[in-house]
Amino acid sequence: MNFSREFRDPRVARCLLAEIRQAVDGQTGVLTFMEVCGTHTMAISQQGIRSLLPPAIRLISGPGCPVCVTPVDYVDHAIALARRPGTIIATFGDMVRVPGSSSSLLREKAQGADVRIVYSPLDAVALARRNPERAVVFLGVGFETTAPTVAGSILQAQKQGISNYFVLAAHKTMPAPMAALSADPELQVDGYLCPAHVSAIIGAAAYQPLAREGGVPCVVTGFEPLDILQGVLLLARQATAGVAKVEIQYSRVVKPDGNRKAQQLLAEVFAPADAHWRGIGVIPGSGLEIRSAYAPFDAARQLPVAVEAPREAAGCLCGEILKGKVTPHQCPLFRTGCTPENPVGACMVSSEGTCAAEYKYGI
Amino acid sequence: MTSDIILLGHGSGGTLSHQLLDELIVPLLSGYGPHQQNDAAVVPFAGQRLAFTTDSYVVDPIFFPGGNIGDLAINGTVNDLAMSGARPVVISVGLILEEGLPVEDLRRILIAMRQAADAAAVAIVTGDTKVVPRGKADRVFINTSGIGVFDHELDIRGSGARPGDVILLNGPIGDHGMAVLVAREGLAIESDIRSDSAPLNGLVAELLRVGGAAVHALRDPTRGGVATTLKELANQSQVEITLDETALPVRPAVSGACAILGLDPLFVANEGKLLAVVAAEAAERVLAAMREHPAGVEGAIIGEVTGGAAGKVLLKTAIGGRRAIEMLAGEQLPRIC
Repeated sequence: MNFSREFRDPRVARCLLAEIRQAVDGQTGVLTFMEVCGTHTMAISQQGIRSLLPPAIRLISGPGCPVCVTPVDYVDHAIALARRPGTIIATFGDMVRVPGSSSSLLREKAQGADVRIVYSPLDAVALARRNPERAVVFLGVGFETTAPTVAGSILQAQKQGISNYFVLAAHKTMPAPMAALSADPELQVDGYLCPAHVSAIIGAAAYQPLAREGGVPCVVTGFEPLDILQGVLLLARQATAGVAKVEIQYSRVVKPDGNRKAQQLLAEVFAPADAHWRGIGVIPGSGLEIRSAYAPFDAARQLPVAVEAPREAAGCLCGEILKGKVTPHQCPLFRTGCTPENPVGACMVSSEGTCAAEYKYGI
Repeated sequence: MTSDIILLGHGSGGTLSHQLLDELIVPLLSGYGPHQQNDAAVVPFAGQRLAFTTDSYVVDPIFFPGGNIGDLAINGTVNDLAMSGARPVVISVGLILEEGLPVEDLRRILIAMRQAADAAAVAIVTGDTKVVPRGKADRVFINTSGIGVFDHELDIRGSGARPGDVILLNGPIGDHGMAVLVAREGLAIESDIRSDSAPLNGLVAELLRVGGAAVHALRDPTRGGVATTLKELANQSQVEITLDETALPVRPAVSGACAILGLDPLFVANEGKLLAVVAAEAAERVLAAMREHPAGVEGAIIGEVTGGAAGKVLLKTAIGGRRAIEMLAGEQLPRIC
């Protein structure tokens, strides 16, 4: 099966859109659905899905872009490590452009810091093996999708006796921020398009409390255009019928219990910790820290550096945007003071950021 | 300039490159404005027109599936001349070699250059060689400059697109960028993607022979890909362009590799592709000629000039949605050519 074609069939799309219109026919107010994951945000914009939906459905973007929710003090910490003599920073590409309080990794790189873009933390372990006299620090950001491979990289470094590989960990977990957003009285979310690949790890059952106690419909949805349309349809049907349950649209990948092996890997290396979400604040138990048994691989413990006091850019509304409270166009900096070439906030930097998506694809 | 130091993104071909050109290089070095920036300069000479262009090649790795830095350096300059409608005639070669480069590597590169020049029917007539200490350059950098002549009176330029025109493309996009990226050290993806590096002057001559004055603009979508090049065309011509996603040719291996790496084939570099903006009434005729030519067998109509709304590029998505296409911001893939 050619996935990129089968899941973009315009005839099926037209059928789904007709069913969505039918589902909200007679609906008086506007239903607000939040796509939690940054990959959804990008796919929705890239496929022009908003331009196809009836006015009774509004899609807002949530806090599921890993780079966007990473607080500025983490970026400052990474920059301080990049300036440390003998250090190589290995990172996914998006992190290098995120502005810290007074610099960015891209700037540090242009001025001589050794910052390498890798596509897997295992590439960073290989980098450490090839450069035994240097300290290689991998920037561990992201959700349960990336955290298991980071855990795996630490185990591999341990197995291979590599002592110059470190992780600066700021991993975050779902669905704690979704519960926090549901509890926010300023925000009315009528349904969640739950993350696809995060759910493949944690399992759809993780959203049960949100649906059962929070009363919010949850549909675990894939990333292809037809997946998203079907996810919206299932949410619309739940919301208009006044029910709230967890459904799995993305059943070809996601199971109720998730991926046990990946969960064990996570639990072996990481322990739950409070985490600071940019724009949302500290959410108890919503992050992962490296267990003390693996402290030799923890950059924060092993490589002490002086980090400057964090400063958020004035006027940046990333925080409100991450909560779905304002759209990029409502931010005074959007397209004028804040562009992809000269980003002020992380929502513009990350390829999954709400502002980057709107800048790149908005008509 | 929004940055006080040069960043890799200034060489991306995208918005930062434009900023560097428009705000620093062009004002200091030349009298031309931003709307006159074409692939080659067309200068009056002895009552005739001459096309003149130059380009430097720093691709990493220097050898990749489908070519090497040598044929890339010839084809790139041949194509820049061809996009002005000129017939490339002579080329110069400047070599910057790093101390320690194996002579055998240089030999392979030079052979590829000679073969590419022969294939494009251009003569390499002058050159220069410099050697720098180890670590001061990366193996080999090449500059080529070229001169072309005009066998016709046609005026082909980036500002030539008009509402109603259609956009032709001569084959699948993203092959060169993905071939180089996959070949680059540290990427454990196995694929059969090959660079599309090829001379396009033969195809251009054929399109002009068949289309004549109906061919309004030609561009080769190298760095920044089809998206960035169309955005430049839309800006230069002050028109709106609408692309049809389902009509865009992309090889499955390229779209797969792009999906894995989070890249969009529309922004990935090509080295053997051209975009032709053609009057609608001649489109089928020119497309047929394109498909008859070996360099355009997989040619397609990928979109049209939909109006006078200045500088906009829109994409009709596969499921019928609409969204904008912007120029590449920052760097997607440094050192791709």
